[in-house]
Amino acid sequence: MTLRLRIGAVVEWLPPLVVFAVVVGLWEGLVRALHVQQFLLPKPSTIVSVFWTERHVLWPAGWYTFKEALGGFAIGSGAGVVAATLVGRFRTAGKALMPIFIAANAVPIIAFAPIFGAWFNPVSAQSKMAIAAVLCFLPVMVNTLRGLQSARPRQVELMRSYAASELEIWWRVRVPTALPFLFTALKVASVLAMIGAIVGEYFGGALNALGVTINSDAQVFRFDAAWAGILVASLLGIALYTAVVAAERIVVRWSPEIRAS
Amino acid sequence: MSEAAAAQAVVRLEGVTKTFPRGGVTALQDIDLELAPREFVSLIGPSGCGKSTLLRVIGDLTAPTSGSVTVNGKSARQARNDGDYGIVFQDAVLFDWRSVSKNIALPLEMLGWGRQRRKTRVAQLLDLVELTGFADHRPWQLSGGMQQRVAIARALSFEPSLLLMDEPFGALDEMTRERLNLELLSIWEQTGNTVVFVTHSISEAVFLSNRVVVMSPRPGRIAGTIDIDLPYPRTVETREAPRYFELVTEVRELLRSRGEHLLPEEEAVLE
Amino acid sequence: MSNAAVAVRSPRARERRASLVEGLGRAGLVVLVVAALIGLWELYRWIWVSTGWTRPFIVNDTSMPHVWTIFKAFSQPAQVNQPSLISVLLHKTAFTAKEAAAGFGLGAVIGFVLAVVLVHARLLRRGFLPYIVGSQTVPILAIAPMVVLWVNPRLPGPLQGWGAVAVIATYLTFFPVTINTLRGLQSADARALELMRTYAASRWKVLWKLRVPASLPYVFSALRLAATASVVGAIIGELPTGLQDGLGGAIINFNQYYSIEPQELWATNVIAAALGIAFFVIVVLAEKAIVRRPPEETV
Repeated sequence: MTLRLRIGAVVEWLPPLVVFAVVVGLWEGLVRALHVQQFLLPKPSTIVSVFWTERHVLWPAGWYTFKEALGGFAIGSGAGVVAATLVGRFRTAGKALMPIFIAANAVPIIAFAPIFGAWFNPVSAQSKMAIAAVLCFLPVMVNTLRGLQSARPRQVELMRSYAASELEIWWRVRVPTALPFLFTALKVASVLAMIGAIVGEYFGGALNALGVTINSDAQVFRFDAAWAGILVASLLGIALYTAVVAAERIVVRWSPEIRAS
Repeated sequence: MSEAAAAQAVVRLEGVTKTFPRGGVTALQDIDLELAPREFVSLIGPSGCGKSTLLRVIGDLTAPTSGSVTVNGKSARQARNDGDYGIVFQDAVLFDWRSVSKNIALPLEMLGWGRQRRKTRVAQLLDLVELTGFADHRPWQLSGGMQQRVAIARALSFEPSLLLMDEPFGALDEMTRERLNLELLSIWEQTGNTVVFVTHSISEAVFLSNRVVVMSPRPGRIAGTIDIDLPYPRTVETREAPRYFELVTEVRELLRSRGEHLLPEEEAVLE
Repeated sequence: MSNAAVAVRSPRARERRASLVEGLGRAGLVVLVVAALIGLWELYRWIWVSTGWTRPFIVNDTSMPHVWTIFKAFSQPAQVNQPSLISVLLHKTAFTAKEAAAGFGLGAVIGFVLAVVLVHARLLRRGFLPYIVGSQTVPILAIAPMVVLWVNPRLPGPLQGWGAVAVIATYLTFFPVTINTLRGLQSADARALELMRTYAASRWKVLWKLRVPASLPYVFSALRLAATASVVGAIIGELPTGLQDGLGGAIINFNQYYSIEPQELWATNVIAAALGIAFFVIVVLAEKAIVRRPPEETV
């Protein structure tokens, strides 16, 4: 039985690993063989070595930006949950406004980055946190609201047979039903937060912020350092996403999606 | 009706009518029904005869348009507030995020029982429905029949005097259904509550109950009542007794005779 | 009363009238919401200015211009002897919209093709899916300069400049399309697939007769996300290229004058928001027209 589980795990992980190895190998080989403009797309080996040699600059920069993203993620998601709770209490208003919220999500928030800079001082971390927070707010709010509206009617009927108050129905049925929806949104928000922080820094940020570092490296054509910085950004985004996934597996162990995997 | 009916009726409906405003459908018309304590009454009829609606009227999950409903001498609403009945639906309606024992304990939590008291009661109930050892399982790990047993345990957890069941075994296969019928009867004998049992199955209705109420559709009315004089406790042998077949035929003929309104496909549904 | 005099409404006419009423109701709600937002803006402004609170940020004419000031800015020229702001912005919007539309189209096609390939090849799917997901953690703005430098020389003349931005928009667009289309293609009922096998249907037939129709709701959900992503990608993509012709350039430009003329940047943002919403609404309307079922409400 354990042998089968182990084989199962290997089958799960092998293809991505193979792809990784093949892609990196091809990348390295082609760049060498074809003498591709190294300054635009350096060899993986170069990127990794710069990743290591510049770590005293890149890693603290990454951490700084990560904190901006994390703060924005927390604030935006928290506000989204609160807003969904408030709107969710008024059933008809929630249903009527839902299409409007979804359309509002189509607004390119990133265009507001300079304004946030003007509000909070372009160099400050708060301005980037604000961008990340606004980016996270709508997906979390819309999904949580949908979750709160998705309680199965028979479950509510059952609670009424116990003469449950609306508040009890809320806590015992509607909130648990909404949790899987919330986590779906948090996964999306985790990636958006990091991207938002970095893109926001393009419009100005602290000198020791990752986005600023990448940008200034690119502007002086130090593309290998820029790519190393991008690697850091990507790893941090993946890390936050993975943390949310891990939390999801624990909190909503019972949801059909987690059960299926 | 037996002399037991002279005693305080557990459920009394007088002139109950229910019309749904949307579509103007009259689901129930002038229903008069009395249930004595410890009765096991089945409601049977084709789709649209209002049997599920009738169950919900008794449980105050829907209000009648006119007529009166008395449960345990109180209004239906008061009875619901006092937790006088437990309900079992066609699907188990368990909460995925709770374990089996937590699902069973749900109404007890809401009644404010202490943790130890809940634990003891849940263990009792698991024993009653023969699911000891599954306390920490999750609903999706159980078969359909097992899930329904959990739902029954939950409905009985706070010892209500009335049990409302809406086609609880309808989604299960015949063999499981027959086994659960026997289990339900044994539970009923131990708990001694009154059961209102909605079903599509004539054989199930006759096997389980001491009285079968036949309903006809459009509008929902009581077509007739048949007393089932088979002795309790009922066993596998009861299903092979000649009297059983006679009663099944009696019920079927009552259904058909009032079925000038029945469509051919509705007749087919009734076994 | 004769039968002819009794007008019988056909169900189709009734349906159309119902959706018209619903549309008007929606429009009315939108107007209400916009009015409420404007009201909230002015209220917030009034409270913060009167009390002098500095958290979360200082409120004055620069940080929060009156809604009326922003509105008025549209009709006035941004610079001396220039056409009015609104016409300038509309030109820039058209430019950015072109990039976004190209990115949307290209991204949708790539995403769809990728999903079709992946649904048929389980190994490829397992191998590549983590990276497709991971690709979205790469901050597009950071690689944009490299992409632009590499792509531009390889594009035919008239496509240069905005073409590179379209590539960036494509990058942001293909991902939601791939993921959602894949889910949709996989959503075909197992029994329906079995049925197709009894017809000895080729993979191609199964794809077009079963999987694609089953995936339509998911595809439209993806296209709604893609619409937004393509606009975001187009605006962001313009920043490193230094293109002046689009909204991204306008944002950078007006950002420099923000302390003097804040309402111009705000006006630009309003137009950018309108562009995002417009793309979204177009996809929603297209879905209504094609599928004749109300779109599912997902984000």
